[in-house]
Amino acid sequence: MNRATLNLWVGFFVLLGFLAFLMLAFKVGNLNLDGSGGTYEVVAHFDNIGQLKERAPVRSSGVLVGRVHSVRFDTLHYNAEVHMAIDTQYHFPVDSSVSVLTSGILGEQYVGLDAGGDDKMLKNGDEIKLTQGAMVLERLIGQFLFNKAQEGGTDKTSTDKGAP
Amino acid sequence: MRGAWGHGLRTVGDTTLSIVGRIGAVVLFLGQILRHSGTSFRRFGLVIREVYFAGVQSLIIILVSGLFVGMVLGLQGFETLQSYGSSESVGVLVALSLMRELGPVVSALLFASRAGSAITAEIGLMKATEQLSAMEMMAVNPLARVVAPRFWGGVISLPLLAVLFAAMGILGGFLVTVVMLGVDSGAFWSQMQAAVDFHHDILNGMIKSLVFGVAVSAIATFEGYEAPPTAEGVSGATTRTVVSSSLAILALDLLLTAFMMKGWN
Repeated sequence: MNRATLNLWVGFFVLLGFLAFLMLAFKVGNLNLDGSGGTYEVVAHFDNIGQLKERAPVRSSGVLVGRVHSVRFDTLHYNAEVHMAIDTQYHFPVDSSVSVLTSGILGEQYVGLDAGGDDKMLKNGDEIKLTQGAMVLERLIGQFLFNKAQEGGTDKTSTDKGAP
Repeated sequence: MRGAWGHGLRTVGDTTLSIVGRIGAVVLFLGQILRHSGTSFRRFGLVIREVYFAGVQSLIIILVSGLFVGMVLGLQGFETLQSYGSSESVGVLVALSLMRELGPVVSALLFASRAGSAITAEIGLMKATEQLSAMEMMAVNPLARVVAPRFWGGVISLPLLAVLFAAMGILGGFLVTVVMLGVDSGAFWSQMQAAVDFHHDILNGMIKSLVFGVAVSAIATFEGYEAPPTAEGVSGATTRTVVSSSLAILALDLLLTAFMMKGWN
């Protein structure tokens, strides 16, 4: 096989490999030319973050606007400190609120961001004050049982009537 | 009794020492290849020739196996996910398993048996017919002229082959699940894009295949270069290349995956 044909085939092979890589990066992966690197960081403190992990999505109205950058325990306030990287193309008012939510019944946990009404926008390093932590199923059931028991103790007749 | 036990223990010790010694010898050989790589880059035509033999000629087997593996993943994933009512996530399953594990590992295994064995047989036969000694007589270093170009050819080819394998696999999964089984095409791609991360999945897969490329090429050239110069020796060396490369690929994959997983959380 002569040199020119050899080079042609190898060139074809390398080009095919790069095309496949580009397809994987843009079509399969989440690499964006405009969005890569352009993020600003905001902090929020939660009582309880549940199973929230690094790289968990931050969604506003269901749209992906950023990702959780890091999660650590704040020894000053004794709660969880969550750093989120928000895409620079999205701006949110300073009085926005965040909550830890679950997608589906058994799905992964994510941060839901609800926009506020202030004129000033969040900048890099700002803190979101309005937060709501994750719902813990055990506490919810405990609270429900406690309420039920209290109800039964104060107003026994009405629960008896209501029972099938 | 003592004799039998002693003999058994000696066999275990001897085998362990020879395995460790062989790994050490491969690493030292890798160092020698790197020291003599200058010529390969000054005369890049030599490497291009090897990329043709190792990479271009492995293209068909890699593309076809990738397509089949992706199709099987799609079928199996669809079957299981359908019982949870989330058959759209089959795209995520296919893409993540191909990007993280199957793409790098299966293409490296195929590469070891298709190209690695050929490299060993070629170098081993060159040694058996004293072509390597003849080169040394002419003051041409066989490590620089024969071994290093084949090594770099393998290192360049394998990541490209792994990427093509993964791309074909995803295409195969798409054909089976979307075209044949009727999964929604928009959900297939968008869920995949939401789940696959460029750095953590695609780049880590590339790093894996690069490491496998170095391991397979080093083992293949080492076995050929150190093969006993007989017909039997060359055939034994070819077999050893396939066996030890496959084991090395799987062991390195476990190590790399453990380290990369640690980086995620």
